[in-house]
Amino acid sequence: MIRPVLVGLALAIGVSAAIAQSDPIAERRATMKGVGAATAQGNRMAKGEAPFELDKAQEVLKTYAAAADKMHTYFPESAKSGGETTASPKIWENQAEFRKRFDDWAADIKKAAANTKDLDTFKAEFATVTRACGGCHQAFRVSRS
Amino acid sequence: MARLFLSGVSCMKRVLVVLLVLAAIGAAGFWFLTSPDRQSAGLEPIPAGQANLENGKTLFYAGGCTSCHAVPEQADKLRLGGGYPLRSPFGTFYVPNISPHPRDGIGSWTPAQFVRAMRAGVSPDGRHYYPSFPYTSYQRMSAADLRDLFAFMLTLQPVEGRVRDHDLPFPFNVRRGLGLWKLAFLDGRPFMPDPAKSASLNRGAYLVEGPGHCAECHSPRNQLGGIVEDRRFAGGPEPEGRGWVPNITPHETGLKEWTRGDIEEVLASGLTPTGDSVGSTMAAVVANTERLPEAERKAMAEYVKSLPPREGRKGPR
Repeated sequence: MIRPVLVGLALAIGVSAAIAQSDPIAERRATMKGVGAATAQGNRMAKGEAPFELDKAQEVLKTYAAAADKMHTYFPESAKSGGETTASPKIWENQAEFRKRFDDWAADIKKAAANTKDLDTFKAEFATVTRACGGCHQAFRVSRS
Repeated sequence: MARLFLSGVSCMKRVLVVLLVLAAIGAAGFWFLTSPDRQSAGLEPIPAGQANLENGKTLFYAGGCTSCHAVPEQADKLRLGGGYPLRSPFGTFYVPNISPHPRDGIGSWTPAQFVRAMRAGVSPDGRHYYPSFPYTSYQRMSAADLRDLFAFMLTLQPVEGRVRDHDLPFPFNVRRGLGLWKLAFLDGRPFMPDPAKSASLNRGAYLVEGPGHCAECHSPRNQLGGIVEDRRFAGGPEPEGRGWVPNITPHETGLKEWTRGDIEEVLASGLTPTGDSVGSTMAAVVANTERLPEAERKAMAEYVKSLPPREGRKGPR
């Protein structure tokens, strides 16, 4: 029973890695969509619109951690435009700063995961971790909607 | 032959005189029509009594003054030394110093001069301001609110240094010409509450249409730089040309699916219903609206949700 699941998982990872290589714009959009879904869920818990569950809270932070780790690799020189991208040219003009934002965010996420024990700690950490979103979007994303 | 030549010269002379007279009439007409004195707004008396600093602070954050006027790249957004280059289709505007510095900012202004600047776009020395300073929205504000806002701004830190002049090509560098622009696009009317609507909806309308100046970016502009009124709030090109500002009317191409709570949330935290965090210039707006009392954001959301639905651009491009 466990083997087909593992094979499936391995395949899924392999396929998504292939997508990342062939279509970084699709990959980064999918990653950010995942981050958005996690944020919406985290926000509902933080605001008391959904019951707090520690597992789910940690899951939100894990989604963030994975994104912080990978996201910056989805912006090769070849993927500056096309595919409905909202990436700002500033990403490629200031690669060091762009990368640093993800590293700083990863550090915040790590701290948040360690400190999150209950609703109150999650609320505080979630607020800190999501503060990075707007700052980075302001600097490195253009509005096209 | 000689007579023919002579009459030719006198004919030309006559044409020249007529042209000169016409030019003089045109110039006089231009001078008359473009005079800052044509603007009647912002001359009302300042209400007596102590200024309310708390109200001034609310209006300051509703207006988002710091988004444009803070010194670029500094952490302290309350040092309003200006200098940000606002790149528009008409040239580059350099945002002025509006800190309370007595020489380089607005520290030596009177409340009456401030009201005149905000409601008529006329400077203390009687010149037109360019509408990159959105007095087309600020004209809706009440004199009492402007008095309070001015009093609050005077409590901020003075910043030394004047900002360079705007960099505009002809004819946009003819400041006087803005008088004509104002005749077309500045009606000078303060906000009029609709007695048929709730107090909170009227409050929201005042904040969104007046200090909040939301329409200035969320609407398309015509070739003269005026807002296309029947497309108000339906989104448009980003004024600095770096993308598209979304339609915020409750239309399918806008915020139809959003609840009032969703609009409130984006003003409070920058988060959208899908968990996205708004970016580009809206991030700076949220840095201000998150500091507003909750009731003010609620009122703004109520008004935005009540806007007439207007079709905007379909999907990203």
